[in-house]
Amino acid sequence: MNRRIIPIGPYHPLQEEPEFFKLIVEGEKVIDIEINIGYNHRGHEFLSPSLTYDQIPFLVERICGICSNSHPLAFVLAVEDMAHIKVPERALYIRTIIHELERIHSHLLWLGLAGHFIGYNTVWMWAWRYREPVLDLFEMITGNRNHYAMNKIGGVRRDIDPGQITQIEKVLNFVEEKIAMLTKAVLDDPVLHARLKNVGVLPKEAAISYGVVGPTARASGVVIDVRKDDPHCAYDKVVWDVIVEEAGDIFAKAKVRLLECFESIKIIRQCLKNLPDTPIETRIEELPPGEGIGRAEAPRGEVFHYVRGDGSHHPVRHKVRAPSYMNLPSNEVTVKGYTIADAALCLAAIDPCYCCTERVSAFEDGKLKYTWNDLLILSWKKTEKIRARYRK
Amino acid sequence: MNQLTLELQNEFKKRFPFAEFYIHNERRFYITIPKDKLKVVAEFLHKEKGLRLSIATGIDTRDGFEIIYHFSYDRTGTYFNLKILISKDDPQVDSLTDIFQASNWIEREIHELLGINFIGHPNLKPLLTSEDWPKDKYPLTRDYE
Repeated sequence: MNRRIIPIGPYHPLQEEPEFFKLIVEGEKVIDIEINIGYNHRGHEFLSPSLTYDQIPFLVERICGICSNSHPLAFVLAVEDMAHIKVPERALYIRTIIHELERIHSHLLWLGLAGHFIGYNTVWMWAWRYREPVLDLFEMITGNRNHYAMNKIGGVRRDIDPGQITQIEKVLNFVEEKIAMLTKAVLDDPVLHARLKNVGVLPKEAAISYGVVGPTARASGVVIDVRKDDPHCAYDKVVWDVIVEEAGDIFAKAKVRLLECFESIKIIRQCLKNLPDTPIETRIEELPPGEGIGRAEAPRGEVFHYVRGDGSHHPVRHKVRAPSYMNLPSNEVTVKGYTIADAALCLAAIDPCYCCTERVSAFEDGKLKYTWNDLLILSWKKTEKIRARYRK
Repeated sequence: MNQLTLELQNEFKKRFPFAEFYIHNERRFYITIPKDKLKVVAEFLHKEKGLRLSIATGIDTRDGFEIIYHFSYDRTGTYFNLKILISKDDPQVDSLTDIFQASNWIEREIHELLGINFIGHPNLKPLLTSEDWPKDKYPLTRDYE
């Protein structure tokens, strides 16, 4: 059969940065994929050594627009590791609360988009509707719906007062009930089982070889979670579980993310209840030379920051690794062997960020073959076919 | 210190007596090894002990290029950081891609940012810089003169 190439990108609709996927297909089936990145290289690692330690949290906060707490958190943890700084208890609890609220809104965002890709637009609208109150909480606590600017070296920048605690608890009750409803609707739907199970499978051995992190790894049976393995903030002071699934398919990835929301709610409730009465920051006099590593479990997996300082106000080297950097190459495994209708979903299943312009183009004899909408419609049609089968 | 970490540390020291250990705190170890031993040590850590390559950091220092391979021992939350020093006159080192896929992209990145050649890498194309970036200019190198 004839081999054809379907390029997706360079301004890919599913990724945080513009990305380019070259799908090599035979008829309907994807037989190979080539991944190109680098269209949005902003040079943070080059820029960072020219800023002072106090300025860098604001820089790294802007690496990602969805999980904007995880990068500054990992950075301040790295500097605190380098300089052996002890952070007051209350700050640790507040960091945990913010970090987990972020996980809830990020997972709901992914669920909504995944629903949209397979033609479940009700899931999309519901998930995003129930994500809104969480963003409102952020606005109340930090002043911003995104880019919260809560972390600083040695503590946090804002406190949480008793009035806010009542409001957070109220919203959590509301959101928990709604996520429970969504979870039941998604996990009990026979059409979704047929559409998502055994699709985009990432086997455990491949997950280990590619070094994938976060829900992508946990859905393939790899038990890693920075919050449990290397407890930072207040994660060792609260009771919660790591969610692990064995199947490695898209259904498992969706399930892990949905169930993680409940664990996050559990963590936040305990933190709010046991919020210690200490200052929220400690004064830093000077940073000694040395090296430090900070890691935080972002919604998409482990964020890693390495800092080397020479005793001045600037780091000498600052290395940043986002979770998608490890998860993206695993698409080489998950997309191969499935249909084009599944490709859009497989590529989205690792939960890359979705900030970019939507554009897909495939040219054949000078004519545009697939637009992004065509791909969506292909995917929707497949769901519709499965749905029709179940109606009979 | 965690029992598992201690065991691994002792076995490591016994097996690779040339390694220089620096213990920053109980969860962060920095281990300096010669660059020609990198592959053996990485194979031991990943294949036998199940450590995961988290990422590698390339640094241009006064003495040469330094690459730190950050290996995560997930069950214990420990980081084993392998440090190698590469001379600027002969900037090359073995690729780790035949041990695990995780080093594929980062070796491409270090290659284009610092100009280090990874021997045995299947596809050493630029990953991040634009196509019209000059071939002999490496953005993260420094001028120490």
